[in-house]
Amino acid sequence: MLRIQCPVCGTRDETEFTYGGDATLVRPADEESDIDTWFEYVFLRSNPRGPHREYWHHVEGCRQLLIVERNTLTHEIGAVRLARDAKRGNDS
Amino acid sequence: VSKQENRLSQGGRIDRAASFTMRFDGREVRAFGGDTLASALLGNGVRVVARSFKYHRPRGVFAAGVEEPNALVRLREGARAEPNSRATTIEAYPGLRAASQNAWPSLRFDVAALSGALQRLLPAGFYYKTFIGPGAGIGWWMFCESFIRRAAGRGRAAVASDPDVYEKVNAFCDVLVVGGGRAGLAAALAAGRAGARVVLAEQDFALGGSLLACPPGSEGDAWLAAVEGELHAIANVRILLRSTVFGAYDGEIYGVVERVSDHLAAAPEHQPRQRYWIVRTKSAVLAAGAIEQPLVFTDNDLPGVMLATAARSYLNRHAVRCGSRVVVFTGNDAAYVLASELALAGAAVALVDLRRNVPEALARPARRSGIDVVAGHAVVRAHGGQTLEAVTIAPIDLATGRVATATRRITCDLLATSGGFAPTLHLFSQRGGKPRYDAALGSFVAGVGAPALLCAGSSAGRDGLGEAIRSGFAAGTAAARRAGREGGTGYAPEPPGEADAGSWSREPAVLTVVRRADGSLPAKAFIDLEHDVTCADVELAHREGYVSIEHLKRYTTIGMGSDQGKTSNVNALSRLAALRGVAIPDVGTTTFRPPYTPIPFGTLVGRVQGRHFRPIRRSPMHAWHARHGAVFIEAGGWLRPWYYPREGEGAREAAIREAGQVRSTAGLVDVSSLGKIAVEGPHAAQLLDRVYVNGFASLKVGELRYGVMLREDGFVFDDGVTARLAATQFFMTTTTGNADKVLAFLERLLQTAWTELEVHVTSVTDQWGAIAVAGPHARRLLAAACVGTDLAAASLPNMRWREASIAGVPARIHRMSYSGELAYEVYVPSGHAELVWEALMAAGNPLGVLAYGTEAMGTLRIEKGHLGAAEIDGRTTLRDLALDRLVRATKPCVGSVLRRRPLLEDPQRPSLVGLVALDPARPIKAGSLLFAAGAPIAGHGEGHVTSATYSPALGTHIALALLARGLARRGEVVRCVDLLDDTTVEVRVGEPCAFDREGVRQHA
Repeated sequence: MLRIQCPVCGTRDETEFTYGGDATLVRPADEESDIDTWFEYVFLRSNPRGPHREYWHHVEGCRQLLIVERNTLTHEIGAVRLARDAKRGNDS
Repeated sequence: VSKQENRLSQGGRIDRAASFTMRFDGREVRAFGGDTLASALLGNGVRVVARSFKYHRPRGVFAAGVEEPNALVRLREGARAEPNSRATTIEAYPGLRAASQNAWPSLRFDVAALSGALQRLLPAGFYYKTFIGPGAGIGWWMFCESFIRRAAGRGRAAVASDPDVYEKVNAFCDVLVVGGGRAGLAAALAAGRAGARVVLAEQDFALGGSLLACPPGSEGDAWLAAVEGELHAIANVRILLRSTVFGAYDGEIYGVVERVSDHLAAAPEHQPRQRYWIVRTKSAVLAAGAIEQPLVFTDNDLPGVMLATAARSYLNRHAVRCGSRVVVFTGNDAAYVLASELALAGAAVALVDLRRNVPEALARPARRSGIDVVAGHAVVRAHGGQTLEAVTIAPIDLATGRVATATRRITCDLLATSGGFAPTLHLFSQRGGKPRYDAALGSFVAGVGAPALLCAGSSAGRDGLGEAIRSGFAAGTAAARRAGREGGTGYAPEPPGEADAGSWSREPAVLTVVRRADGSLPAKAFIDLEHDVTCADVELAHREGYVSIEHLKRYTTIGMGSDQGKTSNVNALSRLAALRGVAIPDVGTTTFRPPYTPIPFGTLVGRVQGRHFRPIRRSPMHAWHARHGAVFIEAGGWLRPWYYPREGEGAREAAIREAGQVRSTAGLVDVSSLGKIAVEGPHAAQLLDRVYVNGFASLKVGELRYGVMLREDGFVFDDGVTARLAATQFFMTTTTGNADKVLAFLERLLQTAWTELEVHVTSVTDQWGAIAVAGPHARRLLAAACVGTDLAAASLPNMRWREASIAGVPARIHRMSYSGELAYEVYVPSGHAELVWEALMAAGNPLGVLAYGTEAMGTLRIEKGHLGAAEIDGRTTLRDLALDRLVRATKPCVGSVLRRRPLLEDPQRPSLVGLVALDPARPIKAGSLLFAAGAPIAGHGEGHVTSATYSPALGTHIALALLARGLARRGEVVRCVDLLDDTTVEVRVGEPCAFDREGVRQHA
């Protein structure tokens, strides 16, 4: 079982979270009308070996989406931050 | 009372004052406190305790611990019976009952073993060869299966449900120490002194590990007493006895099973049988010892052949001398001490050592004790009918593994073998560590990986008393430091006297299989005793190309028994290495998986069973429904009133009556389970505009709007009605089943893609009770209940809401209809919902109101063609459900691009239609496949029935369905075929809405 360091709640068991998939993907703009762009965003995933960034949703805690760095080879958890902070950081 | 023929009159670590009897296969077995079932059986002279898995060969106790491959028994009786229990780990208690397995008609006389024919019939890969390939279809397998399962098998599980209680405990610590032997105790002491929170788990009922196999009064005893005493005095050290660490998981989480009551006839009151500890630790010390590995020769499975460490443990711990004429067969130093202890206990002992040059320091004292030391020899075969009677030995050439033709026969009743030691690395391997082969030790030891799990003692190849203690102390200190505990640890408690440097570490002879003089492999030489895999099976698998250890394992099933190959994996590896002509480390190792030892399902399940499996949600009006005879049904995690039967009514009759009455007078239905989400903030309307296909920005305060949302992939996700409470406040409802998913979906979008939107979404499902009031008298009913509120159609038309007060409770009345009648949904704070429900019932009584359940609600909505979970099933599009008319094309929304994928717009796709049965007596079944009249009944048809009901309004059976080309086939007669009970119903295709298509009633 993974232990995830939620920035709001502290270190908690994986069972309090739901997995939210690849956090490196960027959702196309709402105005985007190209089917292929959306198709890639919704369906295509790479399967990296090693460090990866994933969304984990703390549904049984603060209900925040976290971006968790996880090594897919060792399951080691690295940095964890709030998704909204990461997004705002990228925007600014 | 039977005599304990093998029990010595003194010695051992047993409590002779506690003397009692047990029964094995009905036979009385005398035991003392501190015995295991195996030690008691051996003490009573019971030598055959089981029949083997495939060949039904007689088997005796082989080991003294968890590695036991033979002595599997059915423990206890009735509902508490537990198959495949290891006699070597079952603590004796008065009245214990156990029985042998896999023997018919009896243990001593087993028909299946008679001819030995099974051995020729069941070679390696038997299943693949016999049941796969031309002529070997599934029918042949099914014909043979029951015979094979019966002949080759294990114990049977109890059929009755387990009456005992199991529980789960969460624990947190800095250092988990696995094993309470020399190294583990030292580790716990060091970590405890350093101030670490320590959990020490020992699978035995006593601390000491291998020290317990030494004669009482040995130098280790005083050390053990001192360390145990100090550990008990350290408040931050918790000692768990009878507790096996069975699994090591990501995040340094360990699973531990504590056998709380297995050593008692019955669990004490309020105590579980077993307790499952989930231990979250910062670091761990693996001090689980090592397991002795056997040597392989012909008939090495005869009862009377046993591991040397086991014979020693029975002798010193249980005062059971397992034989009076003993041959010790070894290639290392460790077995010499056993030989001299047995000689001291009065046995005649011959010691056969594979090594030609035995160190004089070993050989001389052994000879002085009267032991016949035969160097440079091997046991070629064991002799005996049911049990061991003699062995043949011969000089051996270690380079080739071949014996000479000159042989000697030694009469004996115990053969103790020692082929070296395998450190117990299971948890290390589970944690991702890779074992490394240490040629000097002739063993696999911990290599790289698993940085937070430190190995110590025999698990690290440090076998000598002094070095085990020192390595444990060092590991405990390091583990505490890793966890950030910096307290002083002082000096390691050294044992008094001469601490040996380790007995199995001085260039042991590495040999698995003793070959015949002509170089051929011995027959009936077992590598895996539990799964009956022989040397010849490994040879055959290799010849057939299974040269990878992973393939060999699966093909021969070696190491796949419930012992996980604790006494067979290493021998299989070295055998395969020899066959391939490579070094042992080049063969590689298989990965260990949890659990280290078998654990009952009940322990993992704990109390999460029956009603406790999943919490059930009840509406705030639940008590009223129960008082009024509702039959409940589980829906989306909720317990909802299904129908309220009158005398003699089933679900169907009650629902027809209830639905009929709603259309003639009025009815109340509890809709509290609807998902309710408060959407608030300056950008609330924008959020709704982006997630719903239709527009919400234009919704005015006081209005309601039906909305449909898609998933990102363009399929329909959910629908529901949303009220605009204020400019920045919306009250969204979702379907019962999707409430959680919709909330999570909104949160995800707001926290990732749309962080610029200032909106909060909060679940308020539990805060609001909801009551639907439907029927021609609904307005009169409500008017009577909320005096002074203007409910006239002109001031509160359909899809508008208004505040009111019912029985003094502030309420919101949403005028909207799922039933197609004049209807309202009343939202009230859930704490007062039952009061409001009662007030509405009272107001409605003069009007003929009734409470109706989900079955009647379903009937009413199917008559109206409204959608439910069977239509919004995650596979349907807006077009399929005729919802595309809602789309506001001028704005993008979630899924608006991908819903236009070409194949999703194919007119051939099944789309929503209504069906009416031609024969009113023939019910339509949901799930039926649809076929055109005259088309062959084959394949998946042209669609399926999603929801079906008897319609009291139409007087016949109707249904909603998804049919290819949909409403283009209006008027066509098609067939609904239920392949499960082979019925066909002819129906006419029409509009989904079958009743009051103009909506006159709901707009009344």
